[in-house]
Amino acid sequence: MIEMIDVHKSFGEKVVLNGFSLSVEEGGTVSLVGFSGAGKSVALKHIVGLLEPDSGTVRVDGQEVPKLSRDALYELRRKVGYVFQFAALFDSMTIAENLAMGLIKRGGYSREEIEERITDSLNRVELEGFQDRFPADLSGGQKKRAGLARAIAFGPKYLLYDEPTSGLDPVTTAVIDRLILKMRDELGVTSLVITHDMGSAYRVSDRIAMLYEGQVLEEGTPDEIRNASHPIVRGFVEGKPELVEQGAAAKG
Amino acid sequence: MSSRGIAWTRPFAAIGRAAGGFFAAFGRFGAFFIEAIRSLRDVTTWAPLLVGQMKKLGVDSIPIALFLAGFTGIVLALQASYTFTGAIPLYFVGTLVGKTMILELGPVLTGLALSGRVGANIAAQLGTMRVSEQIDALETLAYNPVAYLVLPRVIAGILMFPIIVIFADVVGITAGWFTAINLLDMSTEEFVRGLRLFHDPFDITYSLIKMTSFGLIVTIIGCFEGFTTKGGAEGVGIATTRAVVTSSMLILVFDALWAVVLLQP
Repeated sequence: MIEMIDVHKSFGEKVVLNGFSLSVEEGGTVSLVGFSGAGKSVALKHIVGLLEPDSGTVRVDGQEVPKLSRDALYELRRKVGYVFQFAALFDSMTIAENLAMGLIKRGGYSREEIEERITDSLNRVELEGFQDRFPADLSGGQKKRAGLARAIAFGPKYLLYDEPTSGLDPVTTAVIDRLILKMRDELGVTSLVITHDMGSAYRVSDRIAMLYEGQVLEEGTPDEIRNASHPIVRGFVEGKPELVEQGAAAKG
Repeated sequence: MSSRGIAWTRPFAAIGRAAGGFFAAFGRFGAFFIEAIRSLRDVTTWAPLLVGQMKKLGVDSIPIALFLAGFTGIVLALQASYTFTGAIPLYFVGTLVGKTMILELGPVLTGLALSGRVGANIAAQLGTMRVSEQIDALETLAYNPVAYLVLPRVIAGILMFPIIVIFADVVGITAGWFTAINLLDMSTEEFVRGLRLFHDPFDITYSLIKMTSFGLIVTIIGCFEGFTTKGGAEGVGIATTRAVVTSSMLILVFDALWAVVLLQP
């Protein structure tokens, strides 16, 4: 289970998270939505210790992430796959070498087992035969899928997706959404998806939370969010800036 | 406070901000350096990458170092001859070429050239990895990025820069000898006599000590600037420039420092 409780994070004068709380139950898929620059990726990075909160609690499997020793943090990271917004593939390596990185670090695999895992992961994301290609040779959608393959190659318990569908065409977006559901159903992973694509959030999530001004403004099932009464939430999900302005004015 | 009073304080505020910025950067560099030392224990991460970096940063830098050293040796021999103008025996050309190449120009010119070639390369590569989240990706895959990216480069620099300077010294002196016997009407015996006249084996040790420190400076500054890159392509450009400028300045500072520490009678 992932828990973030009353997390505060600022960069200089800029307050990004201001009492942010969110939890993801075992086996569930939660989407965190919000405006660009709202702090969604910042929240995600706290879960794997890439950022430390100024105050508040971040727990994964009951372990307080900011309090973990370096070795314990690396141990925790072996349970978490992270899919980056722009894939963050190592551009000097082939796709197979990218996927092998996590497996080599985890240890205990023979060369054959590593090759088998790489092939299996690439097949799952529908990139059969891409082992020897370099990231520069891939399209945006293929890069995202390769990033997902790298994240699942070592069999993580949790998957964190940072804007997995941003910048993709509707068909490729649907492919990525299908893969997120496939990872949940076939691998049983617990997922947290950062997105501002509501169509994608409705398709893949059990629950959706909206981040606004550093806090979760509304949380619920996809249907509850779709029918939310809060003007900012409605304005966001329906793409109506006038509702957002009205809600912001009311909020003061 | 009057506007006149505010205007008076501005220069002091600017100096204060600059000083604060300098000490903040110095503190960040100190923390980075300590982290690099702590990461040494992660041998299984950095050791397999060391040979590759020794080739990339060291072996591949030899041509530029030899090119510089060769032309420096030629110029040294000709300038020595021009300066002596018959008042000093010509075999001192060998002395000047040997001493200057080994003690000063071999290490310093090679160091400055490599701060451009190696330091800029490291800063640009790691800076690009930083802004494209590849360093974050390494962390999420449970790698210590300092052990994986920094240590192989820094250790390769420390090991390879002294080897490069040995080649540079030899080529520089050989170029000086070649110039002396072909353009200055000197014999090989005269050149070698001058070369051996004030030679002290410590000169070579001094050259190697300097070059080892330059290897550390160029690589650790390149890594630090790359790791702390912010923004996109512009940030990478700024980091690369800063890596070259800072390491070049530190090479000159340490050049003077080693002279004070090791050459004072």
